[in-house]
Amino acid sequence: MSPILEVDGLTVVFDTDEGVVHAVSDVSYDLQVGETLGVVGESGSGKSVHVLAMLGLVPMPPGRIVSGSVRFDGKELLGLNRRDLRAIRGRDIGFIFQDPMTSLNPVLSIGRQMTEGLEQHLGMSHGQALRRAAELIDLVKIPQPERRLRQYPHELSGGMRQRVMIAMALACEPKLLIADEPTTALDVTIQAEIIALVNDLKERLGTAIIWITHDLGVVAGIADTVQVMYAGRLLERGPIDAVFEDPRSAYTLGLLRSLPQAAGTGLVPIEGAPPDLRHLPEGDPFAPRNPYATPRCHRETPPLRQADASVDGHLVAAWYDLRQIDAPGPPK
Amino acid sequence: MRRLWRAIRRSPSGLVGIVLVGVFIFTAIAAPLLAPMDPVAIDLANRLGAPTWTVEGPGAHPLGADQLGRDILSRIIWGSRITLVVAITAVVMSGALGVLLGLLAGFLGGWTERVIMRLADVQLSIPLMLFALLIIGALGPSLFNLIIVLALTGWTRFARIVRGETLSLREREFVMSVRAAGATGLRIMLRHILPNVMTAAIVVATLEVARVVILESALSFLGMGLQPPEASWGRMLAEGRDYIASAWWLATFPGVAILLVVLGVNLFGDWLRDYFDPKLQENR
Repeated sequence: MSPILEVDGLTVVFDTDEGVVHAVSDVSYDLQVGETLGVVGESGSGKSVHVLAMLGLVPMPPGRIVSGSVRFDGKELLGLNRRDLRAIRGRDIGFIFQDPMTSLNPVLSIGRQMTEGLEQHLGMSHGQALRRAAELIDLVKIPQPERRLRQYPHELSGGMRQRVMIAMALACEPKLLIADEPTTALDVTIQAEIIALVNDLKERLGTAIIWITHDLGVVAGIADTVQVMYAGRLLERGPIDAVFEDPRSAYTLGLLRSLPQAAGTGLVPIEGAPPDLRHLPEGDPFAPRNPYATPRCHRETPPLRQADASVDGHLVAAWYDLRQIDAPGPPK
Repeated sequence: MRRLWRAIRRSPSGLVGIVLVGVFIFTAIAAPLLAPMDPVAIDLANRLGAPTWTVEGPGAHPLGADQLGRDILSRIIWGSRITLVVAITAVVMSGALGVLLGLLAGFLGGWTERVIMRLADVQLSIPLMLFALLIIGALGPSLFNLIIVLALTGWTRFARIVRGETLSLREREFVMSVRAAGATGLRIMLRHILPNVMTAAIVVATLEVARVVILESALSFLGMGLQPPEASWGRMLAEGRDYIASAWWLATFPGVAILLVVLGVNLFGDWLRDYFDPKLQENR
């Protein structure tokens, strides 16, 4: 299979009055057709900014893409003119945003908002677009599609609105769906329903998905591949099982240990706070918080490389080898 | 249509507003049929004649006669045409201009915004009467020039409010969402932001109608609006002021007419705002 998306050395900065904010530094990865990639990281890790930058959705200025290349379906996205970029957005790449409460225009009916993309990208007539919108609403399992099309956003619940957002993102049958924390604003039960829905749709439509979240539990439920970002860098990436069972980055390990466990062993938080993106530390950005950091971690930035030969595609950026320091058990 | 009817029935004050505005528009259109007398016919024998139904009466005029013996009722009926034309055209013109400029300023930002908003500041810094004198002095007094003056002084209110609303709407997530769906800036502005600012614009428009009616009166009083003998409510009010102690009907009835129209337009505007707000609509 050939990759649908190839990101190579993407670096994004924001020029602010207080200095240059290094939001995304040298991020590279491939996404295969039909693959679901979970991107995990805390606020400010660059997980959202890097996808927004790909589609030219980062305001410039203050944003600036310093270097890198993003090839989508064989076509370079960075530096593409605005018209071609608009044609890709919404048609080939669908977007779902975090908050379904504010992602829909409050004064336009659902039908009107759903038909817009269909008319623009696929050149459908309004009648055709309305019929297609009803099908889509049915696809995301909302009852009474025709009635929903006449309703306004405030008349739907949060979960339903997020379903509508998903339906809109899928309207033009995109090759890639980017979901930016789509379940963060929902309760856990609704969250589970949405994840089940996306899993179902992914199998039916074969769309590649980038699912951005700070919730490892959500990633476990949906992704084939997971990639962990910290301070704008990729620290670890690999097949979901390999990363969860055998994390090689101290940060990934820290994230996994800070999850609530059913056994009730208590939470182990990661000490310290994320670095100031205006003054990144020398070397590995996680080194100041890393109990396993070696002197080299504080000097040189580790490259992303194969974690071990046995698992294909499991990559880590670390100078230390987590297996040699300790096996299970909390650090310290 | 049924929805419209239901929305009207649900709001008694809206109904009052619609009726007042409706009567006003009907009167303006049907003035030649409704007016009992010629509005400019002078009848000096009956000057300052009292209304027929008062203790001072009985006279020949239902609402009395003015200082030249002209029938006040007929003048009010004919005057409604002037008021209607002036108010509607001036507010529509200033509204269209102001909403457009406000949208552009708020949405595009940068130098577009700076130019437009400084222009608004300049406009606001010129005293209205001075500005009116300048324009009408240069172009001569006429209905058209009066409308131009009123439109040029009103757009800043729309522009400022719409710009403010646009600034906050621009940052809302749904704008990012439609942008991510491939919409152009123009489309976002006209299809997504414009409907959201219409509520605010309608509220401003109702206030503007009231302001324009009163301003038209003031300008006509200064001789910069309608020229005599044409009937304008503002002019009638102004002229009646001198006789308020002896013949109260001269100023009172045009004043009541202005009051009812301004009240009607305000109630109508409130209703319209609610009607366009999907949150206040019943389930359909």
